[in-house]
Amino acid sequence: MSEPVQGKKKSNKSAKAEAALPVLGIIGMLRWAWTQLTSMRTALFLLLLLAVAAVPGSLFPQRPANPAIVTQYISDHPDYGKLLDSVQLYDVYSSAWFSAIYILLFISLIGCVTPRAIAHYKAMRSQPPRTPKRLSRLPEYGTLVLPADAGIPASKAISDAAAVLKKRGYRVEVRDVDGAMPSLGAERGFLKEVGNLVFHASLIGVLISVAVGGLFGYSGQRILVEGDTFVNTLVGYDQFSPGTNFQSSWLQPYSIQLNKFDVQFDRESPSHFGQPIDFTADVTTKDNPDAPAKKQVLKVNDPVSLGDTSIYLTGNGYAPVVTVRDGAGNVAMQGPVVAKLQGDNYYSSVVIKVPDAKPDQLGFAGFFLPTAMVTDKGVAYSGDPELINPQLNLNSYYGDLGLNKGAPQNVFELDVAKLTPLNGRGMANKAIAIAPGGTYTLPNGKGSITFDGVKKYVGVDIHHNPGQASALVFALLAVAGLILSLYLNRRRVWVRTGTHDDGRTMVEYGLLARGEDHRLAGEAAAIRELLQREWLLTKEQPTDTVSSSTSKDQ
Amino acid sequence: MLPINETMGQYSELFMLLAAGTYTVAFIAFAWDLAKSSKMLKAVDLKAASAAAAEVKVPVAAGRAGGNDVGGPAGRAERPTSAITSVSQTAGGDMKYAAKRRVPARVAVAVAIIGVVVHGAGVITRAFGAGRVPWGNMYEFLTTGAFLVVAVFLLSLIRRDLRFLGTFVLGLAVIMMVAASVTYWTPVGHLVPALQSYWLVIHVSIAVMSASLFTLTFAMSALQLLQSHRQRTLAAGGVDKLGFMRLVPNALSLENLSYRINTVGFVGWTFTLMFGAIWAEKAWGRFWGWDTKEVWTFVIWVVYAGYLHARATRGWTGTRAAWLSIAGYLCVIFNFTVVNVFFNGLHSYSGLPQ
Repeated sequence: MSEPVQGKKKSNKSAKAEAALPVLGIIGMLRWAWTQLTSMRTALFLLLLLAVAAVPGSLFPQRPANPAIVTQYISDHPDYGKLLDSVQLYDVYSSAWFSAIYILLFISLIGCVTPRAIAHYKAMRSQPPRTPKRLSRLPEYGTLVLPADAGIPASKAISDAAAVLKKRGYRVEVRDVDGAMPSLGAERGFLKEVGNLVFHASLIGVLISVAVGGLFGYSGQRILVEGDTFVNTLVGYDQFSPGTNFQSSWLQPYSIQLNKFDVQFDRESPSHFGQPIDFTADVTTKDNPDAPAKKQVLKVNDPVSLGDTSIYLTGNGYAPVVTVRDGAGNVAMQGPVVAKLQGDNYYSSVVIKVPDAKPDQLGFAGFFLPTAMVTDKGVAYSGDPELINPQLNLNSYYGDLGLNKGAPQNVFELDVAKLTPLNGRGMANKAIAIAPGGTYTLPNGKGSITFDGVKKYVGVDIHHNPGQASALVFALLAVAGLILSLYLNRRRVWVRTGTHDDGRTMVEYGLLARGEDHRLAGEAAAIRELLQREWLLTKEQPTDTVSSSTSKDQ
Repeated sequence: MLPINETMGQYSELFMLLAAGTYTVAFIAFAWDLAKSSKMLKAVDLKAASAAAAEVKVPVAAGRAGGNDVGGPAGRAERPTSAITSVSQTAGGDMKYAAKRRVPARVAVAVAIIGVVVHGAGVITRAFGAGRVPWGNMYEFLTTGAFLVVAVFLLSLIRRDLRFLGTFVLGLAVIMMVAASVTYWTPVGHLVPALQSYWLVIHVSIAVMSASLFTLTFAMSALQLLQSHRQRTLAAGGVDKLGFMRLVPNALSLENLSYRINTVGFVGWTFTLMFGAIWAEKAWGRFWGWDTKEVWTFVIWVVYAGYLHARATRGWTGTRAAWLSIAGYLCVIFNFTVVNVFFNGLHSYSGLPQ
């Protein structure tokens, strides 16, 4: 779309004239709408509108990125939160208005590119335009004189010039070779427009690839504690977002086990002390239940590929291992509890639900501190990300956890409204604070909790996007097309020769660029030099070369 | 992972401060050049005008008018655009060095060269101090970016006389250095795991380069707007209030040169976007997710795409295109400052304490 086709401009104008008529008819209206939509001005307007329309997506929280934050945002802003939702400002990139803009833009693009592709195809097959009467009116013009004793007649001179231009990549047509004034027309740089068309067509390809990914792809998340194994089935995921057209039979039954997870912390820099600088997960993978086990390393920026999916390391934390005994003295729960990161130095929240405890169900909510420390005011915090002084700080409750009602619950939240507290920070018996190996006996004979040790966990994202490879191919094509269209130049050259009365052969040439071309003068000089070399002329030959850059450059 | 070297980091900061100071001197010298040259040119013009009034026609040679005085063949057409500009009121459109020596400008360029050498030492010591490429946080992005801006400007002086841009380029460089040292200062440190990838080298270096080119074209587009306003005023017989703009080429030449630089910047930005998407796929599992930074990178790309189209749309060339180029650069600044620091997103790599 970098230069409008001439024909379109005209039809645009005539369409405007038509619009002034009282009766246009349905077809006339449609034609008018189409020419309007595919005009350069509209394309430019839609393009700028697209830029503006993309902005709100960065100002407001977006559902696809994090639905929980959107819910929070709406409840935090009761005055306008709902209003923004009604105009799809939390789903900007799938909203009706954003879609309308880019779909119109792409229709406009197709309507613009197609006729241009046809026109260019014709241009590529046709001969260079006829030789203008006065070459001297062209932006670049020059003459050469071949002395009479050189013995190069006008016809020989024009075929020499044709050979020179052909060698330089021009498509050449020689006219009137045996006439008194033979001439040639030459043109090059057809790839410029090809690049332009490829660029725009590739954008459509990228868009289709993205759509394919949305239809046939899927992604999911899973938390793996050291020792855990994930098997790629629907139940194996903690969270799963299928594409519109997804079928669960597509999931390949591979498995991945987390053997060990290591974090390295910065111990050098005083300003970033304790900041994690390396995450390494040792995993064992199997392509299917019968396949041999493979040891692999999963790192940030270095995903593991299994089947047609890739597995990414996206989160990590500590998982304290606890044993809870109920009032009857039986083990009601035993295993690692994933602690959710809350603050600096892996200060994490812990929720333990023990529905199997008897006679009453038990619940715990509190914090895990890798390196427990206390401020002057008595507030507990974590002083270091590593397990120097690990501690669990918990409030305990008993009662009905509400898990039997079938309603889904967030495992990281404990609804304490219907529970009776056993001990807690505000109560006389204080919160539970235990170190590894320690056991705390709950009051009223409700049971006990033992802090057995600490494991690590990782959060992994699993993605499958069948549109990805083609998106990359189209993107690369687009860049290639862009570079061709920006840096190639479409140029035309005409040469005319004639024999003077005294036997000298006169050569005149002119150059014209299509579109912007700041190097046209350079091209003229280069052609001149080639011709001089061809005819062994000295450079000091007096000539009246006129050289200026293209009109726009002056 | 190479160990960090605090001493080297401190040397780097010292170099950065010295470079900023040197740039300030160069900035003053460039400003002095603008003021002095405009005064001198005015005097030359006055003399020429009085001479012309006294005798016959004397060609006004101030500021080296474009090469239109070369005689052409009889049938040669008048260039349609050359008539609009009153050539003597602006510098030559070809931006070649004029014969006249501009001492303050020479001093300014010399000082700027010293500055860029010291600045380069600052960037390199920073890289060695941190044991990695020097663009891992905002401080490093700004200091390395400012280095590229000045270096590209000085290199382009070999081919073209862009010294009229010096005040603006050096002014911007000083602002970038001061902002880096005051607002975004971060000591040398390791990269967070998310940034430990060879894509950091590729993606961010191209982003810095493109942003530097956009900085140059921003200055040119701003000058273009001023100049075209001035040219219109002069053509209407108004008073020339912007005398220093005499050293600046006419609006059309500025537009053409900034267009050419913008095309390079746009290709660079396309690569930034693409390589960013490839890296995003490697790091987060999806190549595009409308993260705030992605949104703004996209917005910038679209604005500059609009600029390229505007140049080919009747009624949108010239002033409007210049405004688009400026709007694009404002988006670049917004993307760097506000989006990095205040918007939540995956690209939280400012290196600033939370």
